[in-house]
Amino acid sequence: MRKFKEFIIEKLILLCGLASIFFVLLIFIFLLKEGLALFKIVSPADFLFGKSWYPISEPARLGILPLILGSLLVTFGAALISIPIGVGCAVYIAEVAPARIKEFLKVGIELLAAIPSVVIGFIGMVTLVPLVKNIFHLPTGLTALSGSIMLAFMAMPTIVSIAEDALYAVPKSYKEGAFALGATHWQTIWRVSLPAASSGILAAVMLGIGRVIGETMAVMMITGNAAVIPQSILQPVRTLTATIAAEMGEAVVGSEHYSALFAIGIVLFIISFIINVGADLFLHRDK
Amino acid sequence: MKKNSLRSQKIAFTFLLFATLLIVVPVGLIVLEIIIKGIPAINWQFLSQMPRQGMRAGGILPAIVGTLYLVSGAIFFALPIGVLAAIYLSEYAKENILTRIIKLAIVNLSGVPSVVYGLFGLAIFVVFFKFGVSILSGSLTLGIMILPIIITASREALETVPQSFREVSLSLGASKWQTIRYIVLPNAISGILTGTILGLGRAAGETAPILFTVAAFYLPRLPKSIFDQAMALPYHLYVISTQVPNVDEKIRYGTAFVLLVMVLFMNLVAIIIRSQFRKKKKW
Repeated sequence: MRKFKEFIIEKLILLCGLASIFFVLLIFIFLLKEGLALFKIVSPADFLFGKSWYPISEPARLGILPLILGSLLVTFGAALISIPIGVGCAVYIAEVAPARIKEFLKVGIELLAAIPSVVIGFIGMVTLVPLVKNIFHLPTGLTALSGSIMLAFMAMPTIVSIAEDALYAVPKSYKEGAFALGATHWQTIWRVSLPAASSGILAAVMLGIGRVIGETMAVMMITGNAAVIPQSILQPVRTLTATIAAEMGEAVVGSEHYSALFAIGIVLFIISFIINVGADLFLHRDK
Repeated sequence: MKKNSLRSQKIAFTFLLFATLLIVVPVGLIVLEIIIKGIPAINWQFLSQMPRQGMRAGGILPAIVGTLYLVSGAIFFALPIGVLAAIYLSEYAKENILTRIIKLAIVNLSGVPSVVYGLFGLAIFVVFFKFGVSILSGSLTLGIMILPIIITASREALETVPQSFREVSLSLGASKWQTIRYIVLPNAISGILTGTILGLGRAAGETAPILFTVAAFYLPRLPKSIFDQAMALPYHLYVISTQVPNVDEKIRYGTAFVLLVMVLFMNLVAIIIRSQFRKKKKW
């Protein structure tokens, strides 16, 4: 009887172990199920490279190029800000900061990661957006730039914590060797620790960027949501994620518009899949 | 030469410190801004009343209650699956391709954009299983989203239990499951708790996954069953800051304050439990 009970429990454990694979597949299958219908109407090339997104005009025009460019622009801006600052902060925490400050900073970074994106969006709306508007004398402060700045703060905790782990994992003997040869602390960091941790840092950057591309609420609240091909970083843009979040509420289940939004979901899923698998490969290369 | 390299070290370290301050200071300001402008809005009425006049007055009770329901539902679903999955990875899995794929799936699950979870929840729970826009659909969606957090934290906790504990138990004639149940799990409980609380915090703060699965724009009553729609704090903050004109600043900041305090409090508790555990660890 006990044997039987344990047999059942162990099967249950195996089943739950496989649950993650099951859910990833389930997500992909349901996105395909709802999204693929679109490609009976629009060819994949027209969908990806079509220059206009007018989902409710007659006939609907469902090209997501403006949205892709919007996402890329915001992400590029956020990466430009968050990568140097994030990696710098990681180096400071891992190599320079005294033990007590280090603990304090790590808790701070963890708490930053926990701030809900809607709160980041709200704060961006009430503080940064008016600031951007006044500094650049724009008709509206809801711009790609504002989005990039706020999103940089959402990417930084990811970059800092993973890059810091990577630096921490560099064997002590490497650094001791460099010190023994008379290198200064900074020379050791620059010539030894950073190169030794480079693949982990690369993974950190990739995951940080992944977080930005997938971010929804903050970006929807701050970037102004204009689905046009962006000309400058001081214009409103609309991202892939914000389009889904803003429009799904109005789309009729099963309609063209509904499938198009799921097709955007497929694109996002594939992007995040590539980024995560890529980052994982980099993280495992060390071991 | 030596002097030169020491000077460049000084410059470099100044830059590193500067980068760190560029993160810490704005974050401090964000939290401070919400605390200073949010606290004046907080009183018993705000926390215990229904919203009135199209959310321009009254309290946020239904949003708080909605979020509590959603978070409990998500954890009810995710905790057992997550802990069992962690047990599988730490106690049963061998170093093989299957384990590798499971780990990759967990990484991917944690990387899927939150709005894609929303789409998934809509397609499977709302439409396919016909649960409708309901607390049930929202909880299940959030539950799957926080699964990787619980698995990762629990697995880490289980793996820090020393191998010798298991060996002693097995050598005394205990079965593998008895060893896990009575030796490994009790020693990993605070790590599992940490993961659970982090998962709760994440579920409480997310908006995109609940947009199409549960969230009600304005529903000034408490939900009656798990098939009811519900308001939720993060969605409510989104609504009153972007969708409803002329909402008093105070109400917006007050709502942001309640949400932020809730989430940060949970994270802080998790961090404290974890550091206590690390300090007390006997091995």
